[in-house]
Amino acid sequence: MLSRTAAALYWMGRYVERADFTARLIEATVRLDALSSRPAGDAAWASALNVIEATEAFALLGQPQQRQHVEPFLLLSTDHPGSILRCLEAARSNARVVRTALSREAWSAINQAWLTISAHKTIPDNTSLALIARLQVDVLSFTGAIARMLFHPSLMFIHLGAAVERADNTARLLEVKYHILLPEGERVGGAIDRDQWTTILQTVSAVNAYRMLYREGLNVTNVIEFLTLRAEFPRSLVACVGEVERQLRNIAQVTDYFGQADSLAMTRHANFKRTSVGQIVGEGLHEYLEDFLAQNAMLDEAIGRQFRFV
Amino acid sequence: MSPSRLSNRRRAIVPITVDARDTPLFRAWADLQIALVQRNKLAQTFAMTSRVFDELYGENDQKQPRAQLEALADWLAHSSSTELARRHIAAENAFRQLGITFAVYGDDAASERIIPFDIVPRVFLPDEWRKLEAGLTQRTTAINAFLCDIYGTQRILSAGLIPPDLILNNPQYRAELVGVRPPHDIWAHIAGIDLVRTSADDFWVLEDNVRTPSGVSYMLENREAMIRLCPELFRSFRVAAVDSYPDLLHDMMRRCAPASARAEPVCVILTPGQYNSAYYEHSFLADRIGIELVEAADLVVENDRLWMRTITGLLRVDVVYRRIDDDYLDPEVFRPDSMLGVPGLMRAWRAGNVTIVNAPGTGIADDKAIYSYMPEIVRFYTGSESLLPIVQTWRCREPEALAYVLGHLDELVVKLVDGSGGYGMLIGPTATEAERAAFRTALLAQPERYIAQPTLALSTVPTIAGAAVEPRHVDFRPFVLSSPDGVKMVPGGLTRVALKQGSLVVNSSQGGGTKDSFVLTEVAPG
Repeated sequence: MLSRTAAALYWMGRYVERADFTARLIEATVRLDALSSRPAGDAAWASALNVIEATEAFALLGQPQQRQHVEPFLLLSTDHPGSILRCLEAARSNARVVRTALSREAWSAINQAWLTISAHKTIPDNTSLALIARLQVDVLSFTGAIARMLFHPSLMFIHLGAAVERADNTARLLEVKYHILLPEGERVGGAIDRDQWTTILQTVSAVNAYRMLYREGLNVTNVIEFLTLRAEFPRSLVACVGEVERQLRNIAQVTDYFGQADSLAMTRHANFKRTSVGQIVGEGLHEYLEDFLAQNAMLDEAIGRQFRFV
Repeated sequence: MSPSRLSNRRRAIVPITVDARDTPLFRAWADLQIALVQRNKLAQTFAMTSRVFDELYGENDQKQPRAQLEALADWLAHSSSTELARRHIAAENAFRQLGITFAVYGDDAASERIIPFDIVPRVFLPDEWRKLEAGLTQRTTAINAFLCDIYGTQRILSAGLIPPDLILNNPQYRAELVGVRPPHDIWAHIAGIDLVRTSADDFWVLEDNVRTPSGVSYMLENREAMIRLCPELFRSFRVAAVDSYPDLLHDMMRRCAPASARAEPVCVILTPGQYNSAYYEHSFLADRIGIELVEAADLVVENDRLWMRTITGLLRVDVVYRRIDDDYLDPEVFRPDSMLGVPGLMRAWRAGNVTIVNAPGTGIADDKAIYSYMPEIVRFYTGSESLLPIVQTWRCREPEALAYVLGHLDELVVKLVDGSGGYGMLIGPTATEAERAAFRTALLAQPERYIAQPTLALSTVPTIAGAAVEPRHVDFRPFVLSSPDGVKMVPGGLTRVALKQGSLVVNSSQGGGTKDSFVLTEVAPG
């Protein structure tokens, strides 16, 4: 496989995943803002900006951190590279480069997602939920299309990019919610705290999944364990880390070449298997997540070097 | 790592950014049409002077369909205009969904447009296709023999059939290639021969395209669209399939691989990149064949061999189907400023280590100055008369021809052989007396620079025009493949249609479009 092709597939996987995550984030924030028994209001939107590290970029606009400003910024901004529009544009442009490596269905799905979002200059009917629902259908049809692709390095690089990005997103979500959102003086385990943790689970579409695994109800330590160490949950850090290792191993089997990215991924996965939620909370979740994000960035660079992305 | 550093990283990870309003097909499409602008000026006059042949209704005005085409006429008569319009829109949506778009400059709102597709097919009867196929095979065989000869021993020049200066001083002739023998002596692996029709029996070659002819993806996509949108037509007619084209193309490439290639040669398509107007076609073909679509940066020449950069290192390439012009192919040999080319590619080719499809230097065979000699060229190399006529051409360098042209300036089209894009052209019937006088002077001064042709009444095919169905002028480009296994083609090609009433300008920006081209395999029951 051409190095250039592998790079485009990897980035396409990352951008689609990022767009999907941002869509979930908006949806969860809308709910938190509107449906919670004690509306979190503008703080919810401030927090959403924080999760995807867009606070500074948003501040440049000089607008208050309120739904009517943040929502279009996250969804449709042409200036903010993290907006869903820009992510899908980048995904599509990478997909164009590698159309030969994609099935026709996979390309159509990406193109459709881009057409869906680029048809809008403003949020239609004053609610993003319908648009987001359509985008999620488009993203699902992309995931469905690649699930039917040949078991081939093309597919592995898409999955690899998606897994690296997913790990990044889950870590950010946890990091921001844990340290930033709870207002001064609010009790841990209080109503706001519980709403926030529920929102985190909603962001990763895991309220039901969590309840299936933890019969005793919402509990901060359990949510942390669920999002970091439960391999059953596909967006948990350990599941993403395992997926990265697995995709790299699949590629190595085809190419018969084992490199630095493979070693890093294996070591990381092995460390995860020895970690308990007690250790994470004991050593400090913030430090743990910072460390994880740094490792993830290192692995991303190692992947680029190993497969000659540039 | 601090969040802000991560934030920078997140912003920085955009390895390939693309303006969504890039210009995929527009320029290729425009390229495809450039020759037609000139051709159309030529044809306009004929449309005025003679009766036009309609491919569905023939030459009568009674709307009596030609034999074997009754079902198509019935279909048109019984489909309501709203139903046809609905399918028209469905076709547009399908093409947009597939991303078969081209961009229109300066149109921000809808910058990605699709190339208009008309759902009324153009139909060839089995006999008509058989004759075309024989003529195309003969012509392509002759073109390859001509290229071998002209870059070899130049027998045709010794025989005195073509004035040597027409070849040797032609900018398309690459003297540095004399003596080179490409693998299997094949130069023009892919030929797009442009044809027009003037009556039930008369097809004419307007132009040979043996550099990098484009448009074959439309042939295939148009068929896909028709099967989806008008399935009933495929029940009324037994239409020959065209979908084996990618397999034929791949087979041709494999058979043309150099002797040193492995048992399963590595073939690639070389594209200038996704900003090229024909990028969609490049990626479409690579996709259908199942080979890599490479850019110059993916290729490297070492030890006179061609390699591509892969995730596991360099891999040897045996056959490269390039969609880059000669001038940009190899900066070591041609334009040194080319960023699209592969330094050393020509060395590898000369060493016989790689097959270039089509070979460099083929432009001499489709040059305008050579066109009028094609009947002689065909006769010289195949030993028989050309089955496909060219448009009658008077070479003013020949005294009798000059005399005839000067006597018939009001009915002929006079062209500069080295002119392009419609410059230096006189359209006799529409020209003013002063223009004709100016050309008369110019012809007398330098007759060798001019040729003259009559005007042709291009055939029409019924075409959706708003709520109505009206005749529109068409041309046709079949794609002909040559390998050591012989000349092959799929039964079909690209039909281009001028969507404006009376217009012969099929340029997409001025309302040009495409149609599916049905080649029938037998008479439909009933």
